[in-house]
Amino acid sequence: MTSRTQKIGFGAFAGVVLLVFYFPLLSVALASLSKKRYFSFPIENYTLKWYSDAIHSAAISEYVTISLKIAALTTIFSLVIGFFAALAYARYPWRGRKSFQRLVLLPLFFPQTVLGLALLMWFSFLGVTTSWMTAVVAHTVWIAPIATLIIAIQAYSLDPSLEEASRDLGATRWQTLRMVTLPLLGQSLFSAGCFSFLLSWGNFALSLFTTGADSALPEWLYSRMVVGYQPLIPAVGTLSVLGAVAVALVLLLFLQWRSRRHKTTAPAA
Amino acid sequence: MNTLDLPSITATGRPIVIDPTDAARPYLDDRRDGCVSRWLAHRLAKSASPGLWYASPLILVLLVGFVAPLFCVVWFSFMPERTFSLFGTPTFSNYTQIFGQTYYRSLFWSLGLGALTTAILLVICYPLAFALAKVFKRFATFVTIGITLSLFVSENIRLFGWVLGLMKGGVIGGLLGTLGLPYASPLYDVGVIVLGLVYVYLPFMLFPLILGIQMVPDQVREAAFDLGASRWRVFREIDVPLSMPGIVIGSMLTFVLAVGAMAEAKILGGQKVVTIAAEIETAFTYAQNWPLGSGLSTLLIGIVGTIVFLTLRKFDPETLLGNKS
Repeated sequence: MTSRTQKIGFGAFAGVVLLVFYFPLLSVALASLSKKRYFSFPIENYTLKWYSDAIHSAAISEYVTISLKIAALTTIFSLVIGFFAALAYARYPWRGRKSFQRLVLLPLFFPQTVLGLALLMWFSFLGVTTSWMTAVVAHTVWIAPIATLIIAIQAYSLDPSLEEASRDLGATRWQTLRMVTLPLLGQSLFSAGCFSFLLSWGNFALSLFTTGADSALPEWLYSRMVVGYQPLIPAVGTLSVLGAVAVALVLLLFLQWRSRRHKTTAPAA
Repeated sequence: MNTLDLPSITATGRPIVIDPTDAARPYLDDRRDGCVSRWLAHRLAKSASPGLWYASPLILVLLVGFVAPLFCVVWFSFMPERTFSLFGTPTFSNYTQIFGQTYYRSLFWSLGLGALTTAILLVICYPLAFALAKVFKRFATFVTIGITLSLFVSENIRLFGWVLGLMKGGVIGGLLGTLGLPYASPLYDVGVIVLGLVYVYLPFMLFPLILGIQMVPDQVREAAFDLGASRWRVFREIDVPLSMPGIVIGSMLTFVLAVGAMAEAKILGGQKVVTIAAEIETAFTYAQNWPLGSGLSTLLIGIVGTIVFLTLRKFDPETLLGNKS
């Protein structure tokens, strides 16, 4: 349907978009390799000094720990909440379902800065001191709906007869849920887990207002970009990007392995 | 295919048909399960459909962490200036202050930048989404992964990358310099803010568009071509109307997020443009005037909420998600 020239045209266009997309990250990586305190291109002297500084800095490892704690807890909460919510979203018909589906989308269609500030006021009204733990709440409000949607996509294609068969054979609803539904949604649960972790890891707008005296890694990076730049900042930025890429690669390999296994064991599907 | 409407369900007109022995079953033949699971099983068996039960944790989180804070903001916007308590005498003074001062300028800037970003993204993303949905297979996966990956990198790192790339003596300036070409940095101006917004919100336009375009059946397009329709006519009368849910939801998403954006104008635009979100942040942090910040937030929430409400009423995002399977 599409001719060769069209295909080349579309391919070139997509290639250009990808190049532009990764240009800023390339710039960050380049800046981190420069020996000079102030970045200027072309780089005269390359060094990996900033990376060793970043790894050995106690302050930076503390920001990393805080970010990791927030991301890990957010992932756990989002997965548990999202698993059940996705079944309510896509699998079972019930009276308030339509309204529920709209409610789930609202936090995603909302400017994060305003949500962060609203939560800040809400916590102060409740008398809760903001810390990395309140940031977990903020992240979960935004990420649990995303996890729900990711799991819901697979829950839509769930074969109801499998659950029914399990019920007919005498399993309780809870047993069916644990032994049939949960494994069947395994792939999307894994995807949703990785997404949750990565989105929390990179989040800035919500953390900015809800971490209180603690500071997550993106916040610290931002404050140092504005004042006190040194190549350490892009070095830490690059490391944080590489960490995220590593998690994403694990996800990709898992999905590939799953689809290959699926093809060999169930060719009819 | 919609797997939700089971014949047995529609036939009885009730969501889930309950086996009469169900309520007793968890107590009779389920010795291996613990106390909590037995309680849960009993509750689930009692309710007609587990839907509401399963949805309740998320509903609770959203009520406590989303709906309540928003009400808190709206209520706070009626509090007297510079108070930190919610129990003052309600007043409209924040709103008279907002409409009496030059905040409308920030609001217009934000709305204008949002509209421009959405328009540019439609032009860039439609052909790209078409290529990813209809033309390529393996290459499409590659591009999709590439764009998804960028979502996991902090927005401020990516914007900072543009600063390093575009500044005087940065990557592009330095390259041109070695070639002996002059270079005027586009940083700290309106154009580069638009670039930043387009860059950051591209995935939010692209992915709904891909889902929308996947909904256009190939046979319909082929039939139109066979009947002699021109490429433009197929685009206008088949592609666009049939992928409309994707177009509308992508546009709404990018517009709403771009109107509430702050980092692009701050990092790339210097002090050239102050967006409404930046005004809100200033009111909350430097000015320590929470009621004023709440008033501005309420205004923004009102605008965003109206757009989202009107769009979601006409276009159901479920069509995009459900049709994928």
